[in-house]
Amino acid sequence: MTGYLTRKLLLALPILLGTATLVFLLVHLVPGDPARAMLGPGASDSEVQAVRHAMGLDRRLDAQYARFLADLARLDLGTSIHYHDPVATLLRDRLPATAVLASATMLLAWLLALPAGFAAARRPGGAVDRAIGMSTSVALAMPSFWLGPVLVILFSIRLRWFPVSGADAPGSLFLPALTLAVPIAALLARLLRASLLDESGAAYVAAARARGLSRLAALGHALRNALGPVMTMAALQTGSLLTGAILTETIFAWPGLGRLLVRAIAYRDYPLMQGAVLLFALLYLLVNLASDLMRAALDPRQAT
Amino acid sequence: MSRSILRPTPLAAGATLLSLLLAVALCAPWLAPHPTDAQDLERRLEGPSAAHPLGRDDLGRDVLSRLLWGARASLPLALGVVLACSVAGTLLGAGAAYAGGAADLVLSAAADLLLAFPGLLLAIAFVAARGPGIENLFAALCLIGWVGYARLARGEAKRLIAHPFVESARSLGLGGTAIVMRHIVPNLLAPILVQAALGLGGVILAEAGLSFLGLGVPPPAPTWGGMLRDGTQSLLDAPRLTLAPGAAIVITVLAAQMLGEGLRLRMRGTAAGRGE
Repeated sequence: MTGYLTRKLLLALPILLGTATLVFLLVHLVPGDPARAMLGPGASDSEVQAVRHAMGLDRRLDAQYARFLADLARLDLGTSIHYHDPVATLLRDRLPATAVLASATMLLAWLLALPAGFAAARRPGGAVDRAIGMSTSVALAMPSFWLGPVLVILFSIRLRWFPVSGADAPGSLFLPALTLAVPIAALLARLLRASLLDESGAAYVAAARARGLSRLAALGHALRNALGPVMTMAALQTGSLLTGAILTETIFAWPGLGRLLVRAIAYRDYPLMQGAVLLFALLYLLVNLASDLMRAALDPRQAT
Repeated sequence: MSRSILRPTPLAAGATLLSLLLAVALCAPWLAPHPTDAQDLERRLEGPSAAHPLGRDDLGRDVLSRLLWGARASLPLALGVVLACSVAGTLLGAGAAYAGGAADLVLSAAADLLLAFPGLLLAIAFVAARGPGIENLFAALCLIGWVGYARLARGEAKRLIAHPFVESARSLGLGGTAIVMRHIVPNLLAPILVQAALGLGGVILAEAGLSFLGLGVPPPAPTWGGMLRDGTQSLLDAPRLTLAPGAAIVITVLAAQMLGEGLRLRMRGTAAGRGE
């Protein structure tokens, strides 16, 4: 287990360096002078020169890269051009809101997926199964930036149950979390159904049925074994959860990392953009590592 | 017979629906009842009427016309991205698998690196740096799109190379390029086709997402994602401005899903049908 852990961590290092390199190169993809692009056409030459110097753009590329990595090692991500605050501080302030949203999303996704997966697996090919199959197809085809507004029309404007946007009112977490949870829940429900049906052929399920248990109760026995692949998929969905957050936080004015990134793009605040992209990639890497380790802990055969 | 008409297969339904949508996209200039940029600010947000079946938007433009022209922006772009990614991915994956050694290592490392960024993030960052526009949008979607095809092609090609027919081709004196192009790539077409059909919906969603963030085709050109973005500004007064382009996206993505699922079922039992 320790060897597996060490190997996984060592493999993450080159990926981390590669990610940082791509993020570093991001500024150099900007056509023309990034400093001038950031400040807009109205800026004077001396202002542009000052920003060029502050961002280190007036040095040679290799010197810039070395400084970028050295700063990164000290968790110094530079200063935001728009907010005039250290990028690291801005990111740290927004991280909790995104973490809360992501946790609520995962909780909701499981709450929706478990009953749906069970109901569909109870009688494969039946009316309930077909209805759930159809709903999950639609759920997977809906973009979050459409589902969000539709939920707002339904729950905030028509029914007035939840606030339209923001994070201050109680219950404001529900609609953004539901928006993000629906496609993930659809995927998990489908996988849970397939996984339960795979397990339902096992001898212990037949034995449970023979003892007089209902099919639903027998499927309950199969749940523990059926959960493995579903949990792996749930961890993989963190990727779409993170990018989904960029869109969803924008729709609901949720004060998290996604909205901060969209702001950074709108203001052409390249240091902030770099920091946010890097943090998103880092979070994704950490979640994937954690899920690998969790899977290894649950099933030691995986840790080879 | 009657059964197959009453309950069409997903493959037929998806293919028909997508062909219809593509026909609409290509015929938009003749189908659209009004110019997409004809503003009438005095009649902004006006409801549906005979002349404007879906009403007018926040600048008084005809929503139906913009929706039709939006199909013309989204569908060919998505098809182009899928085509470019699947061709490039197949060739790179198959080539790397055959060449092995450093080439294979470099491809795998590049794929791992690109996959280290969640979902759309890299495409968002790319367009944010390069600036909005159709070329940058295309490049960004290809940047994140080719990896899946390359991985699939590489894995399948590795399996194929172990077969005796590759060895016999080599003993007949064929070069590496000829073996890859004539003996490996043709065997990859089925799984790649399934992946491409399944991926089309994802590309449409990604393009709409970037347009929604203002990183797509710049206004005033109508795109579904851009229309959705403008629509949410008047969500309270005219929800149809949000609902209509969203419905167009959902229908298109569903059609692509059905096509992909149908193809996958059709090829069940073959390498493609395992859906790897």
